[in-house]
Amino acid sequence: MQIAWRLIGYLRRYWLACGAAYTCLLVVTGVELFIPSLLRRGIDCGMKASGAAEKLANGCPADTDPLTVVGGAALAIVGLTLVKGAFQFGQGYLGEYGAQRVAYDLRNEIYSHLQKLSFSWHDRSQTGALMARATSDVEQLRNFTGRAFLQMAQFALVSIGVTVVLFVTNWQLAIVSLLTLPLLYRSAANFVRTVRPYFYQAQEELSVLASIVQENLAGAKVVKAFAREPDEIRKFDEQNELLLKQYMLAARAQAFANPQLDVLAQIGTVMVLLLGGYFVIVGTLSIGELVAFNTYLLLLVRPVRRLGFTIGQSSRAIAAGERIFEILDAPVDVEDQADAKPLSQITGTVTFDHVTCSYYGGEAVLKDVSFEAHPGQVVALLGATGSGKTTVVNLIPRFYDVSQGSVRIDGHDVRDVQLLSLRRQIGIVLQDTTLFTGTIRENIAFGVPDATDEHVFAMAHAARAHEFIMEFPDGYATRVGERGVTLSGGQKQRIAIARALLLDPRILILDDFTSAVDTETEALIREALNVLMEGRTTLVIAQRVSTVQSADQIIVLDHGEIVGVGSHEELLETNDIYAEIYQLQLMDESAVHATSEKTTTELVGANGNGGGNRWTDAPQRHGPNGNGVARPDLAAQAVRRAD
Amino acid sequence: MGGPFWRGVRHQNNTKLFNGRVVRRLWDYLKPHKWRIMWALALVCVTSAMQLLGPYLFKVALDEFVIARQDIVGLIVVALVFTGTLIVSWGTQAYQAVSMAIVAQAVLNRMRAELFAKINHLSLSYHDRHESGVTMSRIINDVAVFQELLTQGIVHVVADCLLLIGILGIMLAMSPTLALLTMSVLPVMVIATIVFTSTARKAWLRTRETIGEVAAGFQENVSGVRVVQAFAREEVSKKRFDKINRGNLQANLRAVTLASMYPPVVEFMSMAATAIVLWFGAHATLDGTITIGVVVAFLFYVNRFFQPIRELSQVYNLFQQAMAAGDKIFELIDHPIDVEDKSDAGEMRSITGRVAFEQVDFSYVDSVPVLRSINFVAEPGQTIALVGPTGAGKTSIASLLARFYDVRGGRITVDGVDIRDVTMASLRRQMGLVPQDPFLFSGTIADNIRFGRLDATDEEIVQAAKLANAHDFVIRLPNGYATRVFERGQNYSQGQRQLIAFARAVLADPRILILDEATASVDTRTEVLIQAALARLLHGRTSFVIAHRLSTIRNADVVLVINHGAIIQRGTHRELLGQPGLYRDLYLTQYRHQIRGSQLVEEMATA
Repeated sequence: MQIAWRLIGYLRRYWLACGAAYTCLLVVTGVELFIPSLLRRGIDCGMKASGAAEKLANGCPADTDPLTVVGGAALAIVGLTLVKGAFQFGQGYLGEYGAQRVAYDLRNEIYSHLQKLSFSWHDRSQTGALMARATSDVEQLRNFTGRAFLQMAQFALVSIGVTVVLFVTNWQLAIVSLLTLPLLYRSAANFVRTVRPYFYQAQEELSVLASIVQENLAGAKVVKAFAREPDEIRKFDEQNELLLKQYMLAARAQAFANPQLDVLAQIGTVMVLLLGGYFVIVGTLSIGELVAFNTYLLLLVRPVRRLGFTIGQSSRAIAAGERIFEILDAPVDVEDQADAKPLSQITGTVTFDHVTCSYYGGEAVLKDVSFEAHPGQVVALLGATGSGKTTVVNLIPRFYDVSQGSVRIDGHDVRDVQLLSLRRQIGIVLQDTTLFTGTIRENIAFGVPDATDEHVFAMAHAARAHEFIMEFPDGYATRVGERGVTLSGGQKQRIAIARALLLDPRILILDDFTSAVDTETEALIREALNVLMEGRTTLVIAQRVSTVQSADQIIVLDHGEIVGVGSHEELLETNDIYAEIYQLQLMDESAVHATSEKTTTELVGANGNGGGNRWTDAPQRHGPNGNGVARPDLAAQAVRRAD
Repeated sequence: MGGPFWRGVRHQNNTKLFNGRVVRRLWDYLKPHKWRIMWALALVCVTSAMQLLGPYLFKVALDEFVIARQDIVGLIVVALVFTGTLIVSWGTQAYQAVSMAIVAQAVLNRMRAELFAKINHLSLSYHDRHESGVTMSRIINDVAVFQELLTQGIVHVVADCLLLIGILGIMLAMSPTLALLTMSVLPVMVIATIVFTSTARKAWLRTRETIGEVAAGFQENVSGVRVVQAFAREEVSKKRFDKINRGNLQANLRAVTLASMYPPVVEFMSMAATAIVLWFGAHATLDGTITIGVVVAFLFYVNRFFQPIRELSQVYNLFQQAMAAGDKIFELIDHPIDVEDKSDAGEMRSITGRVAFEQVDFSYVDSVPVLRSINFVAEPGQTIALVGPTGAGKTSIASLLARFYDVRGGRITVDGVDIRDVTMASLRRQMGLVPQDPFLFSGTIADNIRFGRLDATDEEIVQAAKLANAHDFVIRLPNGYATRVFERGQNYSQGQRQLIAFARAVLADPRILILDEATASVDTRTEVLIQAALARLLHGRTSFVIAHRLSTIRNADVVLVINHGAIIQRGTHRELLGQPGLYRDLYLTQYRHQIRGSQLVEEMATA
């Protein structure tokens, strides 16, 4: 019910349209109730029943020609139907209009609310589920708001009107003919309750079948390689049989329930014929009234039948509404404080002061982290997957809030300033290199839509994206995303770098920014960055030691704690974890192979969790510039010598 | 009457209303059920007759018993008959629906089964060229289109036609003049319905398109929400979405406008007919040419006139959709199978493992040769490393050996037997394949390993996992071997999936192993495990490895360097390193990264 009230709240914005729709409904119902009486008049006053009981003159003008009366009635029917048609259109259109607007509003609201929700909320939600809410759940609700409220109102109006008219005409006949209505309603509701679950179950079986197909297609090669087709076909056939059975259950239930509604609806007609016929013979009812009675009854049948469905629909709509409002009611945990001031031009000192951070009240992801990064410095963060590197950088633009301690920029706690003013001054290359539908230029200028061409090109150059962009026929006007060209991971990453650089930020954050580009390109990008980083505060997350070793400060993280700070040389001597990472990455492949059995046991023993996924870096990924890694010129010399 | 109209509609929809092939093929599916269909149609006839009887009984009751004879007993008899027709029509409708459901579900079931069997028999070249989503949609969505057509469409066509003809017939019989006058609204009605159906359908299509756009816009922005927030672009992105959302609103409102227009038109026609009956009926009753009962019956019939027309237009839509779906379904079912067992194909006997490619030519598409004159012999137990740039044809060589495709020229023999002369199943059962991105099926880890040999015991599975170095990580999972694998194994790392695929291959214990090494990086420790497992896996089998690891290449008995579809160099790693050529270039640009500088110099010097 609460959901219904909230929906009504949304509808209220369109009170004019809604009010008009209900007005139309009133007119339509009025005309509908009036037309049978015209029929009655036409039949009673205009037609001669030879030998019939002379109870015909009921309410007919005595001195008029019968044909004039009929003509009047016929014309009135046509005229009123015309009027009714206009209002019927109005009712249908305006009712839907409100519903469509509400759907539109809901979608926009969900959308903008999602934009406000912090990363920690998004970490927990799945895109697929959110999509379902914004599309199918809203559609569900739309169907309901559009028709259900109007239908209920119509049902109420028609049933009250018809009941009154019937009782006024002939109360005995009214009681008898209305007897079947509760039954009709019950069987319609029953239908919804009993038949729907069968179809629902069948739908479930179908989705199981679909996943079997999907898997078979995705694994086609493996299935063929292991000659498993017969087993796959058997598995499918079994599920196919199940589906067949479920469909048949549904079909049987429906087959008997569906015509039942028709039969019940017509039983009323039989009653009217029988009892009404008797009354006509006796002379207490006219033939016209008998016909009108039947017409009135038919007026009631449709809304009653539909009501059963509407009620079935309402439970699903309410469930959909609950899911939608669950999103809309999700508290925005990261938002501007009431007295937040805009952050003025920063110089770029980043301070972490005893920061502890935990997501959704769980275990702390960062524990008591303190460090400071100054303008012009490059600070590198190193650590295993899950050690908290990404969390550190995500706290700076305030994608999350700290649990304890504070993150300060130029001495301002990030929670005390306006989010937009903060984020506009930070350039970040996320692991997530999502590009948006549009041209490449639009994507690079994502943060600065009014950037000049020269500026955009320059940044693309620096990110080593310019060359491949120019290889596309449309250059910077090439469309990406939906219906556009598909870019490789490395290309996307380079555009994301250009996008961040274009902001000309005082603080630059690079989260594993070259994971998808080859080592040569990485070197070129780094070269360009070296120039661009000058004077800025740069935070870099990397997997490769070679990438971080030239940093001013390397922070080694393990399980959310800082376990080492210093330069490459310092850490190599003093920090075991750092040294271990370095050694592992430089391990000679042939040595690994020759002693693989031994090494495996050793590693398992040493680490306690051997096959774990701690360092997502492989030996073959070494860059050409690192210490101890071959330099191309050296190799070339070697070749020449070998020749 | 509506000739040009129908043609016009057909044109706009761009699909044929009547597709001979589809109808013929559909009939093949329906034929086994023809008696049941006949039975259903007979029941439909009864239902229609019962429904037609209603108003007529009303007329009889009025004219005969109420007005003329004032006979209450007669009235009761008519009411009982009336009730009887209702009960009969309940029964006939229900049994007809059940019969047609049986037919429809049997047909659908068979279609799905045939489609699925077909996609399993088609060679990989079909799957290469068709997106799996599209193929899937054939089995799930396209087949479902027939459900409605079969359960409701066919029957409704018959029932609606019968009703229309019946109503017209009865009206003509009762009063030809009044019938003809009433029918004057019919053409308007039919035209209105056709126009409405086609325009409304387009409007609804547009709403579905726009809701698709909304979904796409939503998806893009939700998945990119982090970037949007990072660049503080919420406002702009909101505006973008609003535009798409508004497009959907407008499409919906347009469709709603059309949808709200139709019922008033129908009702107006219906009421116009009612007025005609009333006006002319009154004249006729005053003349004494017809009775009041006839007028009343007419009024009721007019009321029922429009239902069948509306339903026929829906069936028309349904039929059209089914033709389009059927075309796609039968295209797949009739798709020629390019790689299949010969009729006299024998079983491949136990393989020792000598593999020979003799003058093998191959292409996926006629005009683009992929492999040219490939010749080589692999002796039992040898490891053959296939090396070369992307697109050189390494994967094609491996795929041909497993007979995922057939050669265009030359032949491939295993132990001297042409692989096209034996059944694919017997050949492949003795081969193992480890794809680059190992595919895991949903089920448990144990199920996935067991995929290699279905009758393996749990003990054997553990044994295989141990050999593949997968055991250690598996037992640390919450439920060990019974841990569930989600869709495509996304909850396991690439390296872990690789190890499970190794275990699967170990369990199958093939004589010939085809392995596509992963290029993606795995963490250092897993890499060590993989290499050790790999060495064990290759031991004692004829193995073909599309190699990316230097260690694998070094340990191979023969390295085949493939470029542009031809073998351009062959020999051992050391031999090849000693000669100028592609291998050495590749080594310098790719594999050298895998070792340290000092090692490289040594390596080059000794070569």
